[in-house]
Amino acid sequence: MLSRVANRIYWMARYLERAENTARLINVNTHLLLDLPKKVRLGWEPIVDITSHRDYFYNLYEEADERNVIRFMVSDMRNHGSILNSLHMARENTRTIRDIIPREVWEQVNTLHLTTKTNAKSVITQRHRYDYLRSVILGVQTISGMLAGTMTHNEGYDFLRMGRNLERADMTTRIIDVRSATLLPDMPEDLTPFENLQWVSVLKSLTAYQMYRREIRQRIRRADVLKFLLQEERFPRSFYHALCQVSTCLNNLPRNEKTLQMLTKLQTKLLQTKLQEFDQQKLHVFIDGLQLGVIRINNSISENYF
Amino acid sequence: MAIRWGSYKVKNLYDELLRATGRPRPAAQVLCSYLRALKDTEIEEYKVAAESAIHVMGISFTVYTEEEGSIDRVWPFDIIPRIIDKREWLQVEAGLKQRVQALNLFINDLYHQQRIVKDGIFPAELLEDSKNFRPECVGVNPPYGIWAHICGSDLVRDKDGTFYVLEDNLRVPSGVSYMLENRQVMKRLFSEMFEQYNILPVDDYASQLYDTLAALSPRPGDQPEIVVLTPGIYNSAYFEHAYLAQQMGAELVEGSDLTVDKNNVVHMRTIEGLTRVDVIYRRVDDLFLDPEAFSPDSLLGVPGLMRAWKSGKVALANAPGAGVADDKVVYAFVPEIIKYYLDQDPILPNVPTYKCIDKQERQHVIEHIHEMVVKPANESGGYGMLIGPQASKEEREKFVRLIRRDPRNYVAQPMLTLSTAPTLIGNRVEPRHLDLRPFILSGEQISVTTGGLTRVALRKGSTVVNSSQGGGSKDTWIVDMEAT
Repeated sequence: MLSRVANRIYWMARYLERAENTARLINVNTHLLLDLPKKVRLGWEPIVDITSHRDYFYNLYEEADERNVIRFMVSDMRNHGSILNSLHMARENTRTIRDIIPREVWEQVNTLHLTTKTNAKSVITQRHRYDYLRSVILGVQTISGMLAGTMTHNEGYDFLRMGRNLERADMTTRIIDVRSATLLPDMPEDLTPFENLQWVSVLKSLTAYQMYRREIRQRIRRADVLKFLLQEERFPRSFYHALCQVSTCLNNLPRNEKTLQMLTKLQTKLLQTKLQEFDQQKLHVFIDGLQLGVIRINNSISENYF
Repeated sequence: MAIRWGSYKVKNLYDELLRATGRPRPAAQVLCSYLRALKDTEIEEYKVAAESAIHVMGISFTVYTEEEGSIDRVWPFDIIPRIIDKREWLQVEAGLKQRVQALNLFINDLYHQQRIVKDGIFPAELLEDSKNFRPECVGVNPPYGIWAHICGSDLVRDKDGTFYVLEDNLRVPSGVSYMLENRQVMKRLFSEMFEQYNILPVDDYASQLYDTLAALSPRPGDQPEIVVLTPGIYNSAYFEHAYLAQQMGAELVEGSDLTVDKNNVVHMRTIEGLTRVDVIYRRVDDLFLDPEAFSPDSLLGVPGLMRAWKSGKVALANAPGAGVADDKVVYAFVPEIIKYYLDQDPILPNVPTYKCIDKQERQHVIEHIHEMVVKPANESGGYGMLIGPQASKEEREKFVRLIRRDPRNYVAQPMLTLSTAPTLIGNRVEPRHLDLRPFILSGEQISVTTGGLTRVALRKGSTVVNSSQGGGSKDTWIVDMEAT
């Protein structure tokens, strides 16, 4: 497989995953804000923080209100991470490897980009937002399904899965980091029920709520949520699961020793950590470490194969 | 009823589907009655279905503009097919094979003994001035002596229905993927027609192309590593490059994917390291192929590719330098070329062509410039030409000056009345001019596509069919009327 092609497949998968994650994030935030009391001004700024674009955002917009943040995150082509830009980049990457991936996948990527672009206005109004974001999520899921069902599971597919899982791992840590930090600041007594609500939203942002409930049959607790999202092996959006997927893929590829070593080290460190002992500050530092690990693995793959 | 053939007039020209009387030609009868029975809404449905099929399949071509950068445009497609009777087609096919065979002998001769020049048939000064003659290629022996493995020849019909060859594209002809895709769209839309007609299939082009290329491998016996070399996604034919690579199961590579080692072997960079490449179907122009040999600032090419090719370690299709025969002045000599190498009369006629380099012919062109189509020798895509009858006085005078300044660079042809075919404009049928580009593959054997790409000028009265200038396309049906 050509190095350039491997590179493009990898990024196609990353961008698609990014579009889907962003759509989920906005969806959940919309619902969360409806449930929180009016005096808690959680607002939309955390969404910008999750993608680490705060400075850039305030260059373009004055206020982080709903309308601006949603525009920034969904359709603003100046934002590299916006849904539309992610789909655009996914399409550009797919376009250059049309000869590698199944044709119907290209058709679906093309259609998804086109319809998302055409309907971009409808996301501003809350009434149409859900359908719009849902169509993005479903669109990406359809592509994943088609790829799983029609693409030969060769090296190309390994690069695809690595791209998807590293992007997912990255997003999982970002959501946990920002969402746990901006939790109701001083936590006055009467807001405790809402803390629960916020952890539910963390789970929901990662589509983990239902699975969490089945797995851990207790009331939602911070320590359990963290453990589930970071260390659970069998839940597909957990950080550890993503690393295991990358590891499986790497095992199929040539010249994998260095990257595998790096990955194993990160996995070991993750599993040995006792998350329930962490306060907010420690958690933040720990998550920083995980994100750095993901970046190192990404760089190692790039240097080695692309 | 939306399509009324009664109001479709065929005047003083050849129409592909209808006779001058307004009655359909025998091969078009079934189609014409089928179309007549369609309601307005049904036609609209077909059009929408065709458009969405094209959109979804991502059939597009790229146009580059200064303001907007590169844009992917959908290739306009007309749902009414052009029909040619198989008996007539076989004649055309024989003519194309003859022509390409002679052209390959001509190119090979030019890069070796140049017998045709020594025998006084082809003027030496034309060769000296030729922009596409590559001195770097002299003495090279490509497999089978073939230089133009893939040729796209443009055919038109005049008033009386005779097919003429308008030009031969021997460098990197494009369009074949549209031919293949158009058929896919038509099969989705008009499956009933495919049951009622014996329409000859076009699908095996990709495997024939593969066989043609594989036979060139310098390492016979092994499974050859074939790649398609593209200038990249901003090239107007990128869609086609990707398409053909996919259909052949070959890698689609860009210049930066390839590297040539000290032993003149070409490799591609893969996730496993370097892999040897045997055959390159290159869609990059000669001058950008190799910065060592040609344009030093080319980013599209592969340094060292020419030495690899010359030493026989890799095959290039088409061979560099093949474009020498793709010059509109050389075109004028094709009848003589066929006679010289094959000792045969041309089966397919050339459009009568005046060579401005000849004093008498030049005078004739200048005096009759208002009736002529004047073409520069080395432009493609319909750029830089004069269509005498439609041009303004200033434009005609400008061309007279251009011809006088550089006569070798111009040829002129009488204005043909191109044939038309019914084309959906809105939801009415109107006649539009068209041409036909079949593709000819040469290797151990010569094969011709069944039909080819029909390009249609969508603007009323226009004869410019190029996709970059308002052209569209139609599916081309070669139908066997004798089979039952």
